[in-house]
Amino acid sequence: MNNFTVAIALLMLAALAYQLGLTKGRGVVALAGHRATHSRPGYHGALAILRAAVPAFVVYALWVVFGNQVIHSLVLESIPAEFLPQDSLQQKVMLQRLSNIASGFGVLGDAQPYELAAADVMRQFQGVGETIVTALMATVAALGLFWSWRTTTAETRARNKVERAINVALIACSAVAILTTIGIVMSMLGESLRFFQMVSPTDFFFGTVWNPRFATMGAEGQSGFGMLPLMAGTLMISFIAMLVAVPVGLMTAIYMAEYASSRTRSLVKPVVEVLAGIPTIVYGFFALVTVGPILSSIGAAIGVDIRATSALTAGLVMGIMIIPFISSLSDDILTQVPKTMRDGSLALGGTKSETIIKVVLPAALPGIVGAILLALSRAIGETMIVVLAAGNSPVLTANPFEAVSTVTVSIVNQLTGDQDFASAQSLVAFALGLTLFVMTLILNVIALVIVRKYREQYE
Amino acid sequence: MNMTQTLNVPMSTSGSSVKTDSGQLPAGNASTNIKLSASDVRVFYGQAEALHGVSLDIVKNEVMAFIGPSGCGKSTFLRSFNRMNDTVAGARVTGKITVDGRDIYDPSVDVVLLRAQVGMVFQKPNPFPKSIYENVAYGARLHGLAANKSDMDEVVESSLRRAGLWEEVKDRLEAPGTGLSGGQQQRLCIARAVAVSPDVILMDEPCSALDPIATSIIEELITELKKNYTIVIVTHNMQQAARCSDRTTFFHLGDLVEIGDTAQIFTNPQQKRTEDYITGRYG
Amino acid sequence: MNTPNNKGYAGIEAKVKASLKRRQREETRFRLFGIGAVLVALALVASLFGTILSKGLPSFWQSTFVLDVHFDPEVVQIGPKPVLEAGEAPAQFNERDLAWQMELGFVDFNQLLINALTKHIPAAADSPRDAMALITSGEHFALRDRVVADPSIIGKTLRLNLLADANVDVWLKGNIDRSLPDDRQQLSAQTREWADKLSADGVIKNKFSTAIFLNPDSRSSLAAAGLAGAFMGSLMMMMIVILLAVPIGVASAIYLEEFAPKNWITDLIEVNINNLAAVPSIVFGLLGAAVFILWFKLPISAPIVGGLVLTLMTLPTVIIATRSTLKAIPPSIREAALGVGASKVQATMHHVLPLAIPGILTATIIGVAQALGETAPLLLIGMSAFVSSIPATPFDQSTALPVQIFLWQGNELRNFFEGRTSAAIIVLLALMLTLNSLAIWLRRRYETRW
Repeated sequence: MNNFTVAIALLMLAALAYQLGLTKGRGVVALAGHRATHSRPGYHGALAILRAAVPAFVVYALWVVFGNQVIHSLVLESIPAEFLPQDSLQQKVMLQRLSNIASGFGVLGDAQPYELAAADVMRQFQGVGETIVTALMATVAALGLFWSWRTTTAETRARNKVERAINVALIACSAVAILTTIGIVMSMLGESLRFFQMVSPTDFFFGTVWNPRFATMGAEGQSGFGMLPLMAGTLMISFIAMLVAVPVGLMTAIYMAEYASSRTRSLVKPVVEVLAGIPTIVYGFFALVTVGPILSSIGAAIGVDIRATSALTAGLVMGIMIIPFISSLSDDILTQVPKTMRDGSLALGGTKSETIIKVVLPAALPGIVGAILLALSRAIGETMIVVLAAGNSPVLTANPFEAVSTVTVSIVNQLTGDQDFASAQSLVAFALGLTLFVMTLILNVIALVIVRKYREQYE
Repeated sequence: MNMTQTLNVPMSTSGSSVKTDSGQLPAGNASTNIKLSASDVRVFYGQAEALHGVSLDIVKNEVMAFIGPSGCGKSTFLRSFNRMNDTVAGARVTGKITVDGRDIYDPSVDVVLLRAQVGMVFQKPNPFPKSIYENVAYGARLHGLAANKSDMDEVVESSLRRAGLWEEVKDRLEAPGTGLSGGQQQRLCIARAVAVSPDVILMDEPCSALDPIATSIIEELITELKKNYTIVIVTHNMQQAARCSDRTTFFHLGDLVEIGDTAQIFTNPQQKRTEDYITGRYG
Repeated sequence: MNTPNNKGYAGIEAKVKASLKRRQREETRFRLFGIGAVLVALALVASLFGTILSKGLPSFWQSTFVLDVHFDPEVVQIGPKPVLEAGEAPAQFNERDLAWQMELGFVDFNQLLINALTKHIPAAADSPRDAMALITSGEHFALRDRVVADPSIIGKTLRLNLLADANVDVWLKGNIDRSLPDDRQQLSAQTREWADKLSADGVIKNKFSTAIFLNPDSRSSLAAAGLAGAFMGSLMMMMIVILLAVPIGVASAIYLEEFAPKNWITDLIEVNINNLAAVPSIVFGLLGAAVFILWFKLPISAPIVGGLVLTLMTLPTVIIATRSTLKAIPPSIREAALGVGASKVQATMHHVLPLAIPGILTATIIGVAQALGETAPLLLIGMSAFVSSIPATPFDQSTALPVQIFLWQGNELRNFFEGRTSAAIIVLLALMLTLNSLAIWLRRRYETRW
């Protein structure tokens, strides 16, 4: 019984159920006439599928998900205690070996008698399990078919039932997005709470030393898990990025929305969209091999010590990355300001720039603020540029020419080593992630509410 | 105010001779009084010609109404007088339009100056998202018309008075202009235009978005404003044209069909198309 | 009433004219700022692409030996490849096959290369270590694979293209300072001399190499390291994204736009989806690490986990874009369907959805392009591990294109890998540009203005 045959069987079952429902539905129509029949025959067919094939599929899915676990635990129980390895990894190896014997693939070396016995048990359980499941599927399907056949009358509201099922399926799909958020919050909270059992939240949120590798864990308090240096680095880089991106992005948007001809727009807009899609790893590489060395040599020329990988490098390149983001968001916002507003100002003798500065921008201000907040949230959460170009040096400094580290860099560092997932060194990543999530959540929600209010105003 | 009354008002300032085939007054007839003059004006949107060679003169301190079914080119024509068509991508104007004898499409003309002289009120009230005071002060500020705060206060007050809005808003000048009712917003827009001290006010269906009461207030206001300004009003409401204009021009499908004293147009149209429109056979 | 108003325009003309010059200057300045901003943005973009292209394009051409290799039967002593016999257990066959592979492993394929090189540099046989530094180490496996594929070549001489070692490539392309002292050079003086000689003789040529497209990553044979494994990993993940994110995303968009009642719950869902679209990608990586790896015990480094994480990340994009497509379809279409007695589901499925398909396609492509370039979340689910094989199933270890870029940029052999990384970026960008152009083309082609 492999997945492929089952899939074929289920499809055939579905076809059969549909045909059955269709036939019955047609019969009903023939008897009662079109007007008196509630649903078209096709819906009776679909309903039959829902009643027969779907439950059978559910039974099989349950078997696939849980069947092996049940069999494995039964097999392990059957093995005499003296042969049963204690740790789960060796049990896994043993089960693999047993299933090789059971399937006839064979194993290297001679199989032990207890192994043969256990393999036999496994084969038996597998056989019994498959039989039971097959029987169950057949029963469920038959019951469904019978139910459909018996209850199909002219009054059966098959369409409503099918549509209700569709509705439920749609709701289930919408729930995925909610579940994702819940999953994020739960997983971060869960792991963070485990972390905070080891390190006190005060030390984490207000500590000024970040050095988890050599963190002291003991009664005298924990040091080395202070996130302030990371937060400072994150904010400094984001600030530099916004200094670059906001003026350039906003002016670009203004030029594109107010001055550029429609031909220029139709040429440049796709370019901007494509730019917004360039992977951040590419920007990171660009920062590392081009921008960093250039800044460093400029620094050398004017007598300032600029590290090649520094807050400045990362911030500058992050700014470049955010320019298309700000410009395309602001462009949308600006074009939503009604033309009558511009006409009002132009008709009074305002020049174009006066109209933009004194009428269009104030009118668009909420939307633009929203766009900037969204961009800031993106800067704070950006990872690859800072991993490559910020220098990974978690110290508290106000000097943008120095190497710094950020929250995101540290998350990557803490989770991409050989560390044990249960150690504070790994779990701190989730506490950092939670902090990051909460920060961006606040920014996003404020921005989204502002932008939404703004849109409604001009709709 | 009803139609009969308005029609009985003597048409004091309009030219006495009426030409139906061309709107231009005969040369020499009070030519110094001609405020706006158009000759053979054509407007193109891309390849399509929306207005087919229109000529007419508008005299100082008269109210000229443009009527006609939708899409007849009357708004397009109106917007050529302060070059608002410039803001429409692909729009092109040929022919000659003069204000006080000066060609406004001459390359040396600055639209800023032109629009300071020829104000405009739009179909839908479009106050800026600013306070009432700032709305009115906006144009005066742009052009540097007030030297100080008290000057500006004066400009704002007198403009609001002229627009008949002062009494209603004098206690809440700092309230947002968008918070006023539709009719008040439109009068605010008139005040905003008046604050720049234009000679001409173009009105593009100023009452189409307003209720009957607000409409009648604006119509009275137009009669009042006539003393100081030349007014060109586009309307699809024939009663409105009859009530508040001195002369009326009828457009149809991009052509100027007939121009004449309002009373004559509405009581004794010379053209079949005008008659059909006025008697409601189409439109 | 005050003066300006009564005199009309004549009263203010002087004032307006007085400020006109200044205002026109301001206008020009503002417009120049605008043009300046656009130019700055374009210049930055140009320098980004300039850097990548100038570094990356040359490395598609690699120093390549064109050698006549004699498959000497004296050197290649090996029996026929075992075949599965009737009645043999698969496990036993595996064992025999392994033994044969072992035997093959003892064959000194390097000797074949030394012999071939000796024809051009007779001294090669005397210092095989320096000679073998010329050719990238993976090539003797390539010879072995040829023998496995076709044992009849034993005894024949074939003209083969063999990749030079990465350091030789760097040396010949001038990507290293040639005046550096010996102790700071990667290659011995002897090897460098030979490389120059062979290059002058035309034995080493700068040839377009398919290694970067066809090979998986490699640590031992850097010159042969390729993107095939990463590409396969990315492809699998994109398949998973398309299979999961599109149906789920479209279904939830339909529900939210067409069926959901407008109340605080749907409001919350909307804010939630918009927020998810703006949540940093690394947070999705943490989610994947915690949920899929720690809780569900799915394999680490596997495309299945990467695909699931990217699906969750792409979902909001697909939902938002699909909703805006649905929003743009005028209510009159729904009303027309409802008016002839269709149910809401029928109106949606028969009339609204078909009209939305171009928009949904565009949304899908944009979402996939976004997922294709994502790096950070994949690092957290272990996809940054070195994997030297092409994954066969989504449960195998794998990397992804952007992760491969991340790994290569960190390689210690900077001189070689700066170019290699740029080449990989070119491949990735080419894929993304293709996807994006497709999306733009689709939108233009099927755009409907209502």
